[in-house]
Amino acid sequence: MERYDVAVIGGGMVGTAIGYGCAERGARVIVLDEGDVALRAARGNFGLVWGQSKGDGMPAYGAWTRLSITLWPSLAERVSGFAGRDVCYSPVGGLTFCLSEQELAERRDFVHRRHNQGHGTVRIVDRRELLEMMPGCRLGPEVVGASYDPTDGHVDPLTLLRGLHAGLRAAGGVHLPGAPVVAIEPVGGEYRIARADGAAVMARRIVVAAGVATTRIAAMVGLDVPVRPVRGQNIVTERLAPILPKPASAIRQTGDGTIQIGVTSEDDGILETPTTTAALAKMAARAIRVLPPLASARMVRGWAALRPMTPDGFPAYAESATHPGCFVAVCHSGVTLAAVHAGPMAEAVMGGGMHALAAELHPDRFARMPIQHVPAI
Amino acid sequence: MSTDVDLLIVGAGPAGMAAAVTARSRGLTVLLLDENAGPGGQVHRGIEHRAAKDEQDADGAKLAAALRSSAVETRFRATLWAVEPGGKVFWSEEGAARSAVAGRILLCTGATERPLPIPGWTLPGVMTVGAAQIALKTAGLKPQGDVWIAGQGPLLWLYAKQAVEAGGRLAGIVDLSHGIPPAALRHLPRALMAPGYLLKGLAWQRRVKRAGVRVIHAEEIRAEGEGRLARIVVDGTEHAADLLLLHDGVVPNTQITRAIPGCAHDWDAVQACWKPRLDAWGNTTAEGVMVAGDGGGIGGARAAAHAGRLAALEAARALGRMTEDQRNAEAGTERLALNRQLAARPFLDALFPPRPVTAIPDETIICRCEEVTAGKVREAVTLGCLGSNQTKAFTRTGMGPCQGRVCGPVVHAVIAAARGVDPAQVDPFRTRFPTKPLTLGELAALAE
Amino acid sequence: MFQRSDPPDITITWDGRELPARSGESLATALLAAGVLSFRETPVSGAARGPLCLMGACFDCLVEVEGQQNVQACMTPVHPGLRAAPQHGVRDLPEVEAA
Ligand SMILES: Cc1cc2nc3c(=O)[nH]c(=O)nc-3n(C[C@H](O)[C@H](O)[C@H](O)COP(=O)(O)OP(=O)(O)OC[C@H]3O[C@@H](n4cnc5c(N)ncnc54)[C@H](O)[C@@H]3O)c2cc1C
Ligand SMILES: Cc1cc2nc3c(=O)[nH]c(=O)nc-3n(C[C@H](O)[C@H](O)[C@H](O)COP(=O)(O)OP(=O)(O)OC[C@H]3O[C@@H](n4cnc5c(N)ncnc54)[C@H](O)[C@@H]3O)c2cc1C
Repeated sequence: MERYDVAVIGGGMVGTAIGYGCAERGARVIVLDEGDVALRAARGNFGLVWGQSKGDGMPAYGAWTRLSITLWPSLAERVSGFAGRDVCYSPVGGLTFCLSEQELAERRDFVHRRHNQGHGTVRIVDRRELLEMMPGCRLGPEVVGASYDPTDGHVDPLTLLRGLHAGLRAAGGVHLPGAPVVAIEPVGGEYRIARADGAAVMARRIVVAAGVATTRIAAMVGLDVPVRPVRGQNIVTERLAPILPKPASAIRQTGDGTIQIGVTSEDDGILETPTTTAALAKMAARAIRVLPPLASARMVRGWAALRPMTPDGFPAYAESATHPGCFVAVCHSGVTLAAVHAGPMAEAVMGGGMHALAAELHPDRFARMPIQHVPAI
Repeated sequence: MSTDVDLLIVGAGPAGMAAAVTARSRGLTVLLLDENAGPGGQVHRGIEHRAAKDEQDADGAKLAAALRSSAVETRFRATLWAVEPGGKVFWSEEGAARSAVAGRILLCTGATERPLPIPGWTLPGVMTVGAAQIALKTAGLKPQGDVWIAGQGPLLWLYAKQAVEAGGRLAGIVDLSHGIPPAALRHLPRALMAPGYLLKGLAWQRRVKRAGVRVIHAEEIRAEGEGRLARIVVDGTEHAADLLLLHDGVVPNTQITRAIPGCAHDWDAVQACWKPRLDAWGNTTAEGVMVAGDGGGIGGARAAAHAGRLAALEAARALGRMTEDQRNAEAGTERLALNRQLAARPFLDALFPPRPVTAIPDETIICRCEEVTAGKVREAVTLGCLGSNQTKAFTRTGMGPCQGRVCGPVVHAVIAAARGVDPAQVDPFRTRFPTKPLTLGELAALAE
Repeated sequence: MFQRSDPPDITITWDGRELPARSGESLATALLAAGVLSFRETPVSGAARGPLCLMGACFDCLVEVEGQQNVQACMTPVHPGLRAAPQHGVRDLPEVEAA
């Protein structure tokens, strides 16, 4: 049986980033993954590298996010190289548009709270400043202002996923897709990991990064991590000439010129990804209020994907107390956090000790906590 | 839920026209949508505006006349783009989105041509045989000058014959088929039950050759030119060309069925395509959704009409307008006729297997919208992509406005060949509603 | 290329120049009949493109019609005086008319 230093369970955004990071640091890594049709948020997300809204009520998460954003430029460069095309990371600052005085007042309170929790880069900008920032931008008359964080940005998340996979391979790592992991058992200080198709591998360390399927797999290594799916629907349009220079929390123009419009937060526990015309219509209506010329833009596709969501909405990282060498990593902002996953998190998995900020995000906290319904962005 | 109409039919080809008339005659209210300007579908396109020239045109004219004199509500230039649970459908018409709730939904969306990607096929001047046929049927455009046809399949010969009879001139036909494969011969006895078919095919070929059209049997073809087609290179020999028409058979249009949750599809190894899993009446595995005609598997125009009528009878039964026994009694002759039509199929399908995708060079674009080459798709396979969906995420193939309509079958086949597995093990693109682009303004108007 | 069986009966404008067309046909066949094979340049590489399928599936025949860009020529019926032009790369959205 093949033996590895690290086996990652899940080839989505979190698992691939950690696996790549470990392989780059010299570990013999295998990423075990499901096949072509799978619940894989890595293929269906919005692509923001985003700090302004992260960590309200959990300053350690805010700081962890900021750390990732500082590491992103270097990750972007490496990943673009592996992917063979630009990952289009553009940290041009990010917006959350407000379409009424009331929305703006609420956003102002939010920004105030963020400042009190150590996130100082986000601020409120009014319409005039927005137009100065984005000359000629055809903002709708209802846009009264926005929150703005100059450190925020966006990326092509599909090239990111491809680049992380290519980087994993380039560093000698193995990606084995095609069937889910169904069992993990300790064997003489190592672990035997078995798949539904009968394949099995041995590894000294394990990272459970199975997205919305994390709870079940984490339980196999003595970790209690409640994760539920929160569905998000997306719209993408035909390619357009430049119309929106900065990304916003539910509308951005991609490097390809398409406009991506997001996203619902459907917290119904259902592990399926249909879209609904009703939700898409609402999203389109709001996007048109932000940028009225979009009314004549053609939607090319809609889709839905599931965010892995913990009870308080913040990430969870831990090493198992009962199964040494077994880790879990789960979060709903795996794009933003890809840089810390490929860096500090990979180091932790390889025995370097959990980063102090990640240590504060231990899933033990959930034992004392009711589920909160937090907005995902 | 209360419904607006008993039966909603999408597609006014032979399947949809026949189904609509039958359903209406059994007392169902019927709404028939088609994105074309009038009835006919592919085979009978523009039938109301041209003189019937042959038996097939006569069939079409009869179906269209029956439809027009029925009380079926028809809406043309109406493109269906979503089917949701509970019989809810959405379509666009005159720039506005509309919706209705139907008791049952019958999809008669026909076939699309299997693409034949060759080097240079993105040059202006390279089109499909189907396109040229549409130009002939709807606008009377006939080929003239250095017009070449390349590929294989019955439709190629049918078009060549129609073009020649219309007074068109062809420079030549590059036949990329491989003679009669041994696998085809075992279907021959059954095919002989429908001899009309085979004789027709042979007659088309004879007619075209008699008109002096040169036929070259070849392995390889390339299109070349600067900004537009100027020449083709056939097994190393150059020929001047200002139009090249490609064809490699047709496949069911499953863009809508694949987007419906719970609607199962199976790989058809003989026709080399995915098709919705149907029972003998056209019911899919999704509640209340049915399919008839080429969209459920290629059977040809007459088979499509029979399947449409059978589906209409079943819809009437499902809606409580007739008993099972009544349905079965009325279905008898239709079913016999359908089986007769389908008798020659296995032979024809085995006779014209699609061109192997291993013949596509790495540099050849297969996704025309996003300009993704076969080599890029093969590379994605080496990065761990097992199917069309991860490949799409890694390469953008299938992400453009056509949403994989064109490249889907080729991407699927290239992945299967690169992995060295049975195509049945390779997942096709997941399609999504809206299955046709619509403006955000149209969509937003549906928000309450 | 293509030759008409029936004479044209109307006139349309393509890229500023007048072209004959026949009522009832699509913009795509009108252009083909007039010898226009290249309808646009792609937004990806800028390569010239013309129609492939003429049945609304391939989205290769995108053109500008009456100021609206990225319109499928094969699904657009002609009418006298119709104004159309090639699509150059990505689409530019028109200004919104004041309500
Ligand atoms: C609509 C939407 C918008 C989003 N927008 C953003 C954004 O703008 N910015 C941002 O930072 N984040 C965003 N996210 C979140 C981001 O996509 C996720 O945080 C990230 O994908 C989670 O990574 P993951 O690896 O945990 O899960 P996934 O990416 O879902 O991957 C899980 C993987 O585990 C595999 N797996 C599951 N079970 C098993 C098993 N038993 N054995 C083997 N493998 C298994 C799956 O096949 C899959 O490959 C968004 C998410 C959604 C849904
Ligand atoms: C380009 C082409 C040319 C062909 N030419 C011939 C021929 O000459 N002779 C022959 O025997 N066979 C021909 N075939 C095969 C032919 O498709 C079938 O034999 C026959 O037409 C099948 O009938 P049908 O009713 O299943 O579908 P079709 O006749 O294909 O009718 C399908 C109809 O559905 C409509 N439609 C599809 N999607 C939507 C939507 N979302 N909203 C609204 N309407 C929609 C289409 O506009 C079309 O009118 C051709 C196939 C193709 C693809």
